[in-house]
Amino acid sequence: MTDSSLFITLNPTDSKDTRSGFGAGLLELGTTHPDVVALCADLTGSLKMGDFRDAHPERFFQVGIAEANMMSMAAGMTIGGKIPFTGTFANFSTGRVYDQIRQSIAYSEKNVKICASHAGLTLGEDGATHQILEDIGMMKMLPNMTVICPADYEQTRQATLAIADIEGPVYLRFGRPKLPVFYNESAPFEIGKAQKLMSGDDVTIIATGYMVWEAVKAALTLKDQGINADVINMHTIKPLDAAAIIESATRTGKVVTAEEHQRLGGLGGSVAQVLAENIPTPMRMVAVQDRFGESGTPTQLMEKYGLTADAIVARSLELIAL
Amino acid sequence: MSMQASPTICSQVRRDIVRMVHAVSSGHPGGSLGCVELFVKLYFDVMKLDAENFTLDGKEEDLFFLSNGHISPVWYSVLSRRGFFPLKELATFRKLNSRVQGHPATEEGLPGIRVASGSLGQGLSVGLGAAETKKLAGEDTWIYTLHGDGEMQEGQIWEAAMYAAHRKIDNIISFIDCNGQQIDGSTEDVLSLKDLGAKWSAFGWHVIKCDGHSLDDLGSAIDEAKSRRGSGVPCIVLMKTVMGKGVDFMEGTHKWHGIAPNDEQLADALSQLEETLGDY
Repeated sequence: MTDSSLFITLNPTDSKDTRSGFGAGLLELGTTHPDVVALCADLTGSLKMGDFRDAHPERFFQVGIAEANMMSMAAGMTIGGKIPFTGTFANFSTGRVYDQIRQSIAYSEKNVKICASHAGLTLGEDGATHQILEDIGMMKMLPNMTVICPADYEQTRQATLAIADIEGPVYLRFGRPKLPVFYNESAPFEIGKAQKLMSGDDVTIIATGYMVWEAVKAALTLKDQGINADVINMHTIKPLDAAAIIESATRTGKVVTAEEHQRLGGLGGSVAQVLAENIPTPMRMVAVQDRFGESGTPTQLMEKYGLTADAIVARSLELIAL
Repeated sequence: MSMQASPTICSQVRRDIVRMVHAVSSGHPGGSLGCVELFVKLYFDVMKLDAENFTLDGKEEDLFFLSNGHISPVWYSVLSRRGFFPLKELATFRKLNSRVQGHPATEEGLPGIRVASGSLGQGLSVGLGAAETKKLAGEDTWIYTLHGDGEMQEGQIWEAAMYAAHRKIDNIISFIDCNGQQIDGSTEDVLSLKDLGAKWSAFGWHVIKCDGHSLDDLGSAIDEAKSRRGSGVPCIVLMKTVMGKGVDFMEGTHKWHGIAPNDEQLADALSQLEETLGDY
């Protein structure tokens, strides 16, 4: 586990969308990695891939509304050494093309980076057709696949850079709305290494993606009540940093997980497997309870579906009261 | 090159196919037998390749992708006969701990295979991706893909078809094994392809038709396709074939799509196929 507490601010002033972090990272890769190519299925603006397209038009491949073709093409492009980054919404990056990913990319061990925006409820008003909440589960089940869900703009930029330098298929999940930028540019980022953001011995909070900032807010609330939480950003869901989970759970004896994803198949399930096999620990999971989303603003939806700092606080207090 | 494409090689490949599927009582002999001439033509006469020093990247080489992966027996036989891997490995087809998987795969590292296939409809897209990479590299090499005619029922094929024409991908030559059969019956009965050539023309491809059992005719079709490089128009070869070609009781029926001959049927089949290069 990396101690990242010195690399975050608890009073962020800036707010940015994680997809823009992806766009910025991709543009940087255009300069630093000549073999990086990008494919997009008619969502260049939404994925913030326009700067890369304009800077490197010969390395940008508009495939139209044809995601299956895009995924298999990306697999083919690796033959000869290219590093393809595919861009579309998370729903169309996973469920729509699962068989293409499974056969042509994961089983075939192809060096494709599947970059997925608009994941989860925070996609908002478009509603449940587009709000995929099962993608982490689908992708983590695939052998050879790395699954990363960064916490803010800066970390998404860092993750985009980092995945270009590992060999093999990656699923990079990010989102639509703006959220606080609380990571510093200089924060170390290592795939597969969880990051400790706050330290405490009373309860462990393990969060990923959008829910990491909520976890920090929850820990600050708990602190006001004299409860010290260990806050861990599990940006890499696979391979999972089991050592970090075990170390923290050993000290606190209580674990709350938080994710913008179905309860079945998400981060919570992965953490539970590690705990069950190593150090059985009382747990609570803040996640979507086996239902589809709906239209609404991101904030309204997260409130209605119980994905908030308050929910993390409540589950933590439940565990402490056991 | 030591050997050129010939009926001699084709006969031996057909023996390999029926012996491989018989040995494990599973596999797909029908389509395999129907595509023998294409594989032999490509691998012995046409493709620029280095069989003894196979690399996944295949730089400066021609690449072949089998989209209808179930006809793996013909590919394995030809790869092996061409020197990609030892002939004796054909005896491990579909067996535990083998590199010669039921459907083509890369995980076990079998030389000659660059992507897994089996779930249909993906190979044209994979080939187009490889073709784009070849273009970026400035190579004058070729990408070849093979598809079943039944596979044309997969929607992804037509996504790829649109892309290739739009992007003017003219370093790819794709083949369709037009045997008119699929698992549940004839393509006409199951889901008619209607005028397949007209469909590809409408999607912006140059359509060539040929006899898939004539090495010369296949050669002419490939020459014609190659001569069109620079046209900005991708080429598709509709290759008329007979499923089960070379074994009389397997010919022209979907019944031998995915079942293996028993001992008696194997003997019957082998009696119709001369052993020319030595069985594995």
